[in-house]
Amino acid sequence: MSVHLHLLAATAARVLRQARHDRRTLAIVLLVPLVLSFLLSEMFDENAQLLDRVLLQMLAVMPLILMFLLAAVGMVRERTSGTLERLMTTPAGQVDVILGYATAFGLLALVQVTVATLFSYFVLDMEVAGSLWLVLLTAVFGGLLGVSMGLLAASVSHGEFQAAQLMPATTIPQIVLCGLFGPRDQMADWLYWLSSAFPLTYVVEALEEVGRYAEPTSWYWISLGISVAFVLALLILASAKLRRRTD
Amino acid sequence: MPAATDAVVIDRLTVDRGGERVLDDLSCAVTGGRVTGLLGPSGSGKTTLIRAIVGTQRLRSGSVHVLGMPAGSAEARRRVAYMTQAASVYRDLSVRENVRYFGVLVGAGDAQVRDVLEQVGLTGWASALAGNLSGGQLSRVSLACALVASPDVLVLDEPTVGQDPVLREELWSDFRSRAASGTTVLVSSHVMDEAERCDELILLRGGRILDQDTPQQLRERTGTANLDEAFLRLIREEE
Repeated sequence: MSVHLHLLAATAARVLRQARHDRRTLAIVLLVPLVLSFLLSEMFDENAQLLDRVLLQMLAVMPLILMFLLAAVGMVRERTSGTLERLMTTPAGQVDVILGYATAFGLLALVQVTVATLFSYFVLDMEVAGSLWLVLLTAVFGGLLGVSMGLLAASVSHGEFQAAQLMPATTIPQIVLCGLFGPRDQMADWLYWLSSAFPLTYVVEALEEVGRYAEPTSWYWISLGISVAFVLALLILASAKLRRRTD
Repeated sequence: MPAATDAVVIDRLTVDRGGERVLDDLSCAVTGGRVTGLLGPSGSGKTTLIRAIVGTQRLRSGSVHVLGMPAGSAEARRRVAYMTQAASVYRDLSVRENVRYFGVLVGAGDAQVRDVLEQVGLTGWASALAGNLSGGQLSRVSLACALVASPDVLVLDEPTVGQDPVLREELWSDFRSRAASGTTVLVSSHVMDEAERCDELILLRGGRILDQDTPQQLRERTGTANLDEAFLRLIREEE
């Protein structure tokens, strides 16, 4: 398994070109987080502290869901259109294709969280103790987590329908337990341990650390590191599950 | 015994798909620098054999070598290009973007992209979205994506289906001139009049090789006037 950077870059550029031809999807990716954040800010406008926490957490949760779908559908389409089989006859390897996708959607996620963060900060007056740069850096991993889970879902499923079903099946438990609906340390023991096994938990914890402290804490770096490790592991798994030879 | 000039060597290849035997202990060789036609009725295993040669088919047993290298290996993939039967292109990219992407993967530049678009008669459509093209145009985009690699071995699964006669003529003369300059061209088809344009034919039926010879030899040996009859005669003889 070796990475060819120019093949990876060419694939990322190609995926972004495809996205550029699909304006409606781009609009959804950029606008949905803003609409949701606005609704939340109206809902919780009595409780500023809670609102700040929820808005911050949503910066990881929304890219997770949207990027999962984009990546999963993109990769399944690659397979059903026959272009994946064709790619597998070229010098491009599975890792180049998977990492090309991850790079392209990672960049889209960066644009998405930048817009959403600026909106929450300047328009909805979200308060963050730490730096906005760290908010961006951390939230992008929410998106990348979605991308890597989506690519893995596409690699192991037959068709768009199965891959789409894997989205709620794998993301909802993580969202429920990540701390969005209540602090993790108030959960029953087994729920707490279960949530410790989920990658989204660490992205959200890292974001909360940025929200709470002016300087990045060591728990912030540990949480971010665990998030990065999960993303890499999922991408490697997705590459391994993508078969060059099929029946 | 494979000869030194054989570009593709298939040795006792057996492939199962969904519990069915599709290729059964098949051995054959494709001569380098020639146009070889792979002929057979639908369901005879043409596409499966082609997928085995480009390295995307899971094999049960046997081996496939391309230019002396295992089919599907990194070295082989640099020298083989494949056009699938259904147009495998990105419908949400323009014609040029499609060809450029498959070109970049093998190190082909913009000049080659232009040339190949000219060759398949799509220069005027370069900026059009592939999804807006007709079926025949789409399969030409797909062909261009294979041609742009300037491969040593060109594997084409039914490349001229649905093309108008003039363009078909041009494409065949392009295949012939590529072969003349050393490229090995393997073309599958179920159209017998195309078979006449090949240097050599491999006749496939029920996952086995029915015969392999030049079109002329096939006609002479079977004492028939055209390849359709020759194919029929060979099937009857076997049964």
